[in-house]
Amino acid sequence: MVSLVWLIPALPLLGFLLLLAVGPRLGEPIAGWLATAMVAGSFVVSVLAFIGLHSQPDHTTTFTLFTWIPAGRFNVDVGFLLDPLSSAMILFITGVGALIHLYSIGYMHGDKKFSKFFLYLNLFVFSMLLLVLGDNLLLTFVGWEGVGTCSYLLISFWFEKPANASAGKKAFVTNRVGDWGFMVGIFITWFTFGTIQYTQFIPVSPGAATTTATIISLMLFIGAVGKSAQIPLYLWLPDAMAGPTPVSALIHAATMVTAGVYVMVRINPMLHAASPWLPTLIAWVGVITALFAATIAMAQTDIKKVLAYSTVSQLGYMFLAVGVGGYWVAIFHMITHAFFKALLFLGAGSVIHGMDDEQDLRRMGGLRKLMPITAATFIVGWLAIAGVPPFSGFWSKDEILTYAFHQNIALYLVGLFTALLTAFYMSRQVFLVFYGKARWNDPAEPSTHEAHSDAEAAAEGAEAGAAAVATAVDAGEHHEIHPHESPWTMWVPLVVLAVFAAIAGFINLPFADSTKYLENWLEPVTGRYGAVVDYSNGTIVALLTISTIVALSGIGVAFLVYRRRKLPAAWFEPPLFLQGWHYDAAVSAFMGGPGRAGFNALSWFDRTIIDGAVNGIGALARDTGSIVRRTQSGLVRTYALAVTIGAVLLMLFVLTRVNW
Amino acid sequence: MILAATSTAVNDSGFQPYWYLILGALLFSIGAVGLLVRRNPLVMLMCVELMLNAVNLTFVTFGTMLNDIGGQVIVFFVLVVAAAEVVVGLGIIVAVMRRRPDATADDISALRG
Amino acid sequence: MEAAVFIVCAVIVLAGAFGVVLSRNPVHSALSLVATLFGIAVLFLNQDAQLLAVVQVIVYTGAIVVLILFVLMLLGVDRDDDLDEDPIVGQRVLAILAGLALLGGLLAVFIAGKNEVATGQHSATAAIRTDLSNIAQLGRQIFTTWIFAFEITAGLLTVAVIGAVVMARRPDSYEPLPEPADMDDDGRYVDPADENESGSAEVGA
Repeated sequence: MVSLVWLIPALPLLGFLLLLAVGPRLGEPIAGWLATAMVAGSFVVSVLAFIGLHSQPDHTTTFTLFTWIPAGRFNVDVGFLLDPLSSAMILFITGVGALIHLYSIGYMHGDKKFSKFFLYLNLFVFSMLLLVLGDNLLLTFVGWEGVGTCSYLLISFWFEKPANASAGKKAFVTNRVGDWGFMVGIFITWFTFGTIQYTQFIPVSPGAATTTATIISLMLFIGAVGKSAQIPLYLWLPDAMAGPTPVSALIHAATMVTAGVYVMVRINPMLHAASPWLPTLIAWVGVITALFAATIAMAQTDIKKVLAYSTVSQLGYMFLAVGVGGYWVAIFHMITHAFFKALLFLGAGSVIHGMDDEQDLRRMGGLRKLMPITAATFIVGWLAIAGVPPFSGFWSKDEILTYAFHQNIALYLVGLFTALLTAFYMSRQVFLVFYGKARWNDPAEPSTHEAHSDAEAAAEGAEAGAAAVATAVDAGEHHEIHPHESPWTMWVPLVVLAVFAAIAGFINLPFADSTKYLENWLEPVTGRYGAVVDYSNGTIVALLTISTIVALSGIGVAFLVYRRRKLPAAWFEPPLFLQGWHYDAAVSAFMGGPGRAGFNALSWFDRTIIDGAVNGIGALARDTGSIVRRTQSGLVRTYALAVTIGAVLLMLFVLTRVNW
Repeated sequence: MILAATSTAVNDSGFQPYWYLILGALLFSIGAVGLLVRRNPLVMLMCVELMLNAVNLTFVTFGTMLNDIGGQVIVFFVLVVAAAEVVVGLGIIVAVMRRRPDATADDISALRG
Repeated sequence: MEAAVFIVCAVIVLAGAFGVVLSRNPVHSALSLVATLFGIAVLFLNQDAQLLAVVQVIVYTGAIVVLILFVLMLLGVDRDDDLDEDPIVGQRVLAILAGLALLGGLLAVFIAGKNEVATGQHSATAAIRTDLSNIAQLGRQIFTTWIFAFEITAGLLTVAVIGAVVMARRPDSYEPLPEPADMDDDGRYVDPADENESGSAEVGA
């Protein structure tokens, strides 16, 4: 059964090729069903492979497809590594992916480029599977780049609006900065170990020199920072909301952004061998990003932007887990996050769809009765992310906090405070959207900032917090909106995801060894070098209780502010948060100013010095040629003279050699 | 004049066979300079003949000095080849001069680079 | 005696050589060449190379120089503007320098080596015999040791003759040479059709 592992990426690839060839002809909705079927098939094979893996030694198996690069000492095969880590990931990638494909059939209904959307989605799933299943760094990198490309293609899917195209470019370029780190990491890995295959270099990496391990891990971490939207390279993710909502759900919640965490967990022995400052750095970057993004999310008015910043924040939690040695915990949170974040995004998409593309929170309200299924599932997702027991998010977030507590109280406290903020802003969102008075027919309030639909179409992207680019909210304009529930292709995935978001936490309960199913399953990959946290049940229960209290307080404060209006909202939504601490603006200013000067200087250098050197060699050859050419006068007597002089020189040379 | 010019006669009367070599060298250089300086093709041909004769003289002298008939044999063949060369050379000159009677060696410069 | 013969002939040879190189009139050059060739022939005799001396006179002087004179007369290439200046810059200076260098090198060897300059194996082909005539010795060598070369040179001569005939043939597309009556008093060639020709020198018929 595990020999079928090659089918897992092959099916989406097949879907991509078929849609490439005959997609427009198949049209709506067959193209969508074809794509969904492919990914669903992948999921079925993943389940089979997962089951089959139990009988393999160490729950690991490899499968080599063909030799790709046989270049002397550098040998790279296309092969798949199916081990506990990758099998866990392919399950939720294909599972959530299939559900999102199904959802998209309804969401993209009526779009002119219907089949192209599914083409890109299938290509994306293929790339992601390649990333996760690849048995060497290069194949992972191919998948890495592939998901980056698909992200770009899908974010700027509606590229007719310049702002969407800019958002796509911004995502790609920011990712590229991280990719540099990844590539350097691959190079150094090869130089150090002579191989880039996981099964070969990872087991020996703890024996590598500390500096080398640190540098490799640091470079790969830089790649992860770009791909998983941590500080300072997170700015592309909020802008990426310009893409269709299923894209945000799949790529920017459940899968692509988790690639960075996956790579860090994959190389955890090397991380363990690195200097202690690097894991500490990773943990602090993660937790600061979590806090930072949570504050920004508190003030956002676009329903998707809140979720985008929330994703950045939750990814920060995952990196916090990696930094404190809780590698399997990061994966745990990744899985639960995939469920509830995809659920929240799809639910938001459902709301947007039902509200005729309205995305402003302030113009919603009271949708609970008009969109019951969406509301119910969204609420499940809300409770999960807020960390309310017994939903999944509670368990995974608490594990992270426990590991942080084990490492450093400061990390724990910041994480706890961020959990409070998370509960707060998510509750805010739920209350504003589903409860309260219906506000969509109210005259538009004067906004605290301008909504520019053609804002700064230059490469540096729009300001953080600008209104949704898909709508134009002008003062005074409002059309009749009749919110309605979405079709079954859209709410069925919501329900399925809600079920998982509710129960996924039970794959790892911290009370007894027998309930720690995920930790035990991942043990071959993460167990040896992860942190060992062995608290008594009493301590565990105490930490759980603290987390619950914090979550409920967050909800409570939001309740007071937004439902009972006991506290003014303005306290919690300062413009600083809305503007994302002006980070985006600062980056734009830098890139436009000193950055541009630097780029121009580099461009000048390339043009004048490097090109000049190369062209100069050509010019030198040409000029030397024209000088030497003059000896070819065509005159016989000149040639005769040359022959004579040559003969004389030869003779004189011989004479110097003669034994006088 | 039909004195035996064998090596035994070398040491008397102060005559040395290597004087022939010196004469040959002089003749050769004069021919070489003439070839480079003159432009009339026929005169250039004559300078080539001078050089050939210098070489012939040298060969015969070496034959004498080494007591070898081979020197003279070589000269025999050189004579034949020189004759053939002159024939062909004159044919070329005739063919060229027919078109342009005032052609000199400098006028054929179509192969200039 | 030999020295005296040598010195006289050497003077004749060198005078002829200078005459060839320095004469304005190509016919004078040809006649000077005759003098040189005769001198060389006598020098051959001086070294008991009788056959060569005779062949030299017959072939070189009697055939080759005559041929050259024929062509000179036939084509009227006897203009004498050669020696005033050289159109190629530096040619003369370099030529003389090269010639002097060449001469210097050769003389250095010969004067330093004197008679020992001949370092080859003695009598490699065959010793010069006093009992047999020169012709017989040469004949013996040519028709035994060097028979192959002999046959090839025969072929060479045939090829040369054929080639010369082919090259010097008057092509059909040509206009015939104008009559000698078209020569003007200076001996210059006046062809009424000359103005129309492009004047590029082509080789071959």
